[in-house]
Amino acid sequence: MSTLIEKPRFSCALAAQQTVLAIPGGIPVIHAGPGCASKAAGFAAFQSGLQGEGYAGRTHISCTNAGEKEVVFGGEKNLEQVIDGALKVLKGDLYVALSGCTAGIIGDDTAQVASGFARNGRPVVGVDTAGFKGNNYIGHELVVNAIIDQYVGNVTPSVKKGLINLWSVVPYQDPFWRGDIEELKSLLEKLGLKVNTFFGYESEGVSEWKDIPNAEYNLIVSPWVGLDIVRHLEKKYKTPFIHYKSLPMGAKATSRFLRTIGKETGVDPSLVERVIAKEEKRYYEYFISFSDFVAEQRNVLPYELYVASDAEYAVGLTDYLVNELGFLPYGIYVNDDPSGDKAELVKEAFAQTLKEYEDKLFFQADGGLITTDIEKRLGKSKKALICGSYWERCIAKDTNSFFLHLSLPISSEIITSSTYVGYNGGLRLIEKIYSYAFNRGNLSSRTHVE
Amino acid sequence: MAINLSLPSPEIRERRLSAILSYNGTASDLLDKSKRGEIKCLGRLYGQCSDCQEGCATSMASYVRGGAVVAHSPIGCFAGDAIRDNAGKAVSAVRGLGDFNNRTICTNILEKDTVYGGAEKLRKAIFEINKRQNPSVIFVTTSCASGIIGDDVESVCEECADELDKPVVPISCEGFKSKVWSTGFDAAFHGILKYIVKPPKKRQEDLVNIFNFEGADTFTPLLGKLNLRTNYMVPLATKEQLETLSEAACSAQICETLATYIAHGLEQEYGVVEVKAPAPYGLNWTDEWLREIARITNRTELVENVIKSEHERVEGELGKLKEKLSGKTIYIIAGDAYTHNLANAVGDLGLKIAGVSALHHDQRSDSDEVNTLQDLVNSAGEIDNFTVCNKQPYQLIKLIKKVNPDFLIIRHQGLTELGYKLGIPTIFEGDANYSVGYDGVIRLGNRLWEAYITRKFIQNVAEHTTLPYTDWWLNEQDDPFYYEKGSKKE
Ligand code: SF4
Repeated sequence: MSTLIEKPRFSCALAAQQTVLAIPGGIPVIHAGPGCASKAAGFAAFQSGLQGEGYAGRTHISCTNAGEKEVVFGGEKNLEQVIDGALKVLKGDLYVALSGCTAGIIGDDTAQVASGFARNGRPVVGVDTAGFKGNNYIGHELVVNAIIDQYVGNVTPSVKKGLINLWSVVPYQDPFWRGDIEELKSLLEKLGLKVNTFFGYESEGVSEWKDIPNAEYNLIVSPWVGLDIVRHLEKKYKTPFIHYKSLPMGAKATSRFLRTIGKETGVDPSLVERVIAKEEKRYYEYFISFSDFVAEQRNVLPYELYVASDAEYAVGLTDYLVNELGFLPYGIYVNDDPSGDKAELVKEAFAQTLKEYEDKLFFQADGGLITTDIEKRLGKSKKALICGSYWERCIAKDTNSFFLHLSLPISSEIITSSTYVGYNGGLRLIEKIYSYAFNRGNLSSRTHVE
Repeated sequence: MAINLSLPSPEIRERRLSAILSYNGTASDLLDKSKRGEIKCLGRLYGQCSDCQEGCATSMASYVRGGAVVAHSPIGCFAGDAIRDNAGKAVSAVRGLGDFNNRTICTNILEKDTVYGGAEKLRKAIFEINKRQNPSVIFVTTSCASGIIGDDVESVCEECADELDKPVVPISCEGFKSKVWSTGFDAAFHGILKYIVKPPKKRQEDLVNIFNFEGADTFTPLLGKLNLRTNYMVPLATKEQLETLSEAACSAQICETLATYIAHGLEQEYGVVEVKAPAPYGLNWTDEWLREIARITNRTELVENVIKSEHERVEGELGKLKEKLSGKTIYIIAGDAYTHNLANAVGDLGLKIAGVSALHHDQRSDSDEVNTLQDLVNSAGEIDNFTVCNKQPYQLIKLIKKVNPDFLIIRHQGLTELGYKLGIPTIFEGDANYSVGYDGVIRLGNRLWEAYITRKFIQNVAEHTTLPYTDWWLNEQDDPFYYEKGSKKE
């Protein structure tokens, strides 16, 4: 676990208010100091490719704005009033109360307060997400599990064949979450599976959550985030889970993903192969079409790869850029701060297709140290592609290196439905990365520009 | 009221300035009641998220050039740091000051620190940032967590200052301690006054301290006409500039809500005159402000000519804007005194004020001679629909819908979108310096006009927006202040 942090890339557990907002009809209610909700939104909604406040987010978030009085005398009563008000003032399907540091230290019982409403049939859930408990990746798992326990509840599953619960990227903390989830869903649907995504514009919202126990499988697409969710679901509803450890980007990884999931869920292999053949045909037509450009510009294009992002993207992107586009990893910095055994999972995921580069994989949540290390390795090179956040963009600007926005904070690129996942995602990456050549000055194959 | 620098932190605004977060009435009624200090800060039974003083304190400390900040907090309080680095770079470029790098580090308080205390970690962070950046001064901001676990931040800072032989300035700004986020400005200024500012070696009679944010350089042209130098504070000032704050002829500010504490403190401690005229927004206030500064700096012989020629210079353009905007209505949402600035300036454009919502209101000022609400009532007359409301979009929506203004102007991050969702041509007053002075009025008019002629986008947004509020709240319940403590609900 990290200690000091310079140049931050994640927020605290309370920022999982954004997980609630990602559910259609989800309404967060915050029991914390006056600045927490606003700051969490400022970081995770604004500095995440300017995704906007959403339906009931940012300034609209209900909050106890806990002050001295609540800290001294306890704030449960106050929370109860604010939840009551939220139910009357805000139109939603699911209200999730999240508590922060003040409530956490003085010991207010948020779940207890929420249960009072739930007993009266109101869709209210409470969860302790005190900022010191961990980052918003952990917060995401805490919130999802609380909804499962308190809202979905103890029901007997009636399993539907071919129904998959998809647990993958963390909404907002992955700036491309909307596109990523849509793409993963559409890939799985090509195999004839039906998918609950829980988050995003295509999700049906709370009815999908109520459907959780009925899934045939829980699918987690991530090295470690979400593992606590699927393990919990296995215990609670006896639903088996499939752990797919990296985000598939480009043809090789996506075809591998489809084959693995097809096999695990018992999809007819000939259907899987038909889907892959069709997708790959289209993909490689596009892929080859841009290689003319590379052929003539090879010597001004980058190949030294630096990635600073969470584990999921670090593994997925590096795999694609190395194994399909010929990049060489120089520094891959995992910054979502996985603890001991979870870091092992990340290493495992990395080793699946990148074993010979293990010495280039680093775990570092202190962005100051990431910057220093990249600058040291980079030297005067003009051949680097740096993928990461605002902080890495500063290095890229200073050194005129190629750059790709990949991880938070991102406040200088608008992201709507973009995704780098799947076959289409791979092609999108090609456009983004190589078009950058034209941002670095006039590019001509007859003049070598450093 | 005297400022007491021997205290570890300033009295919070609720107590020091009788600040309030809620009020519903008219400008002159608020003024009367404030004079008697009779409005209470009761709070509400239901509310939406506010902001905290830690953010305001950091927004001052982070931009000291060559300085560093240690945030003694969990990561959530600190996560948005990149915004400040970016803003620092932007303003540094605009003001021609070259590179800027935000130097900050967070102690990342974790569960075990809440049990065993975080003082050791704080010490480590102070030394670490010193090693990484070798800053001229280190500010240490506190948080709810560090406050409740009871870390003795002041002592750690004192020890480290001795060992490092540089100022290590504690800024006590725990979010939960004040409901008024602007208290955080006072907290930062308290630290600067107490630990950095030195007694004057000489008086720089042509130097004017301007307390502001990361805004454009609009004061230099204005003060330059009186042969005065602008000393922008605090963003982008160096430690040396902070040390010599005491040498300026006077201190002025973009908004009394920002810098009442330090302007008054500098006057009290070092005799740097606080400019008591309201900030230079709108033609008449700009005139008065220039006259006042000219008087303080012995330049009265210059000022009338400047005023006359400036009026002549902007007259034509102002006339054209008035033709377009005259008679239209505008609603203003901003920090306390900044609403007064904007309300005064829009009058020059012929706009009628449909309503004002101040994000809080100080019923008094640190200096008894300053009362910008009085100045506004004197200048603009009575304003109906004058409210105080710390964000609370659920209330603002009702207030705005009731008067259905032609324009909306908002100075607070995250709220401007509300105007778009309601389909009203809305501008964000993000750069507080931009509407300053004679040219500022013109710029303000042009910006409003631009919002108007591009309104198809706004209308499109409004047409496809679903607001998250219930029918009951929007249509059946008619009191926007229904959830106020002490209102009829209780
Ligand atoms: S925990 Fe306290 S200091 Fe930190 S953001 Fe929340 S209110 Fe502000």
